[in-house]
Amino acid sequence: MNNMKRFFSLLLSLLIISGNLMAQTAAGDAVPMADKLREDGKIWVVVTVIAVVFAGIVINMLRLESKVSKIEKDLNIK
Amino acid sequence: MRKIWWKILCIVLLFYVIFMGLMGPVPHLPILNESIRNTYFHVALWLAMTTLLFSSMIYSLMYLRSSNIKHDDIASELAKSGLFYGILGCLTGSVWANFTWGDPWPNDPKLNGAAVGILIYLAYLLLRSSFEDEQRRARIASVYNIFAFAVFVPLIYILPRLTDSLHPGSGGNSTFSSYDMNSDLRMVFYPAIIGWILLGLWLTELRVRIKRINRLREEEFTKAS
Repeated sequence: MNNMKRFFSLLLSLLIISGNLMAQTAAGDAVPMADKLREDGKIWVVVTVIAVVFAGIVINMLRLESKVSKIEKDLNIK
Repeated sequence: MRKIWWKILCIVLLFYVIFMGLMGPVPHLPILNESIRNTYFHVALWLAMTTLLFSSMIYSLMYLRSSNIKHDDIASELAKSGLFYGILGCLTGSVWANFTWGDPWPNDPKLNGAAVGILIYLAYLLLRSSFEDEQRRARIASVYNIFAFAVFVPLIYILPRLTDSLHPGSGGNSTFSSYDMNSDLRMVFYPAIIGWILLGLWLTELRVRIKRINRLREEEFTKAS
């Protein structure tokens, strides 16, 4: 009787452990990603800052472009 | 009137890459984690660089056929833009490798190949600067440029695949195109390549125009004196 009890408790604990393991593999999302950060971690601030920096670079390129065009006009390059 | 539409396309594409590349959905992979987003910047830069160097080689071929100095101008400036992208690619790769492979410069055949390739193109610039006569410089540099590209492609694309390398597509590693690359990545990756290529062409165009202005000024100066 006692042996039976021990056997079943062992079986039960093994089941619980294996259940845990199954849950971990089934979730599959154990890989840490910045999901939380995207929700409310102000990551958008960083994205906006990068976009502003890039916008500045673009404006700079366009101004350089117009300056070169002006010199080309003065020198009559097509 | 110079065409402006491709410059606008370049700006739009790169803004799309910045927003979607940083915030868009990506596959969840171990070790890489969020750094998989570097694909849009680091990997796309290398592909853009290869395109620029390839077009540089095409212009060198065109120069050898036509002896038109304009073609050599374009070839040399394309090679300079490509070199600029190559150096950026090495730097971004070092940062990425430091946090995923644990070393800023692991002894990887692809990295060493890329370093040798960059040295080959630095030698191209050195060769150009060592001639006084314009036509002579253009002809020798064009021949060198064609051989440089022919050596460069095996160095960074073929040889690393024949041995073990940490980069995808080498040794036992899977290529991005086989199953690491899903449709989420592709949605941003292809626009990223086009955007970086267009930005490189834009830089090249500005440099070529400045070179032409300088040439005209020099001609006027020699005429006057």
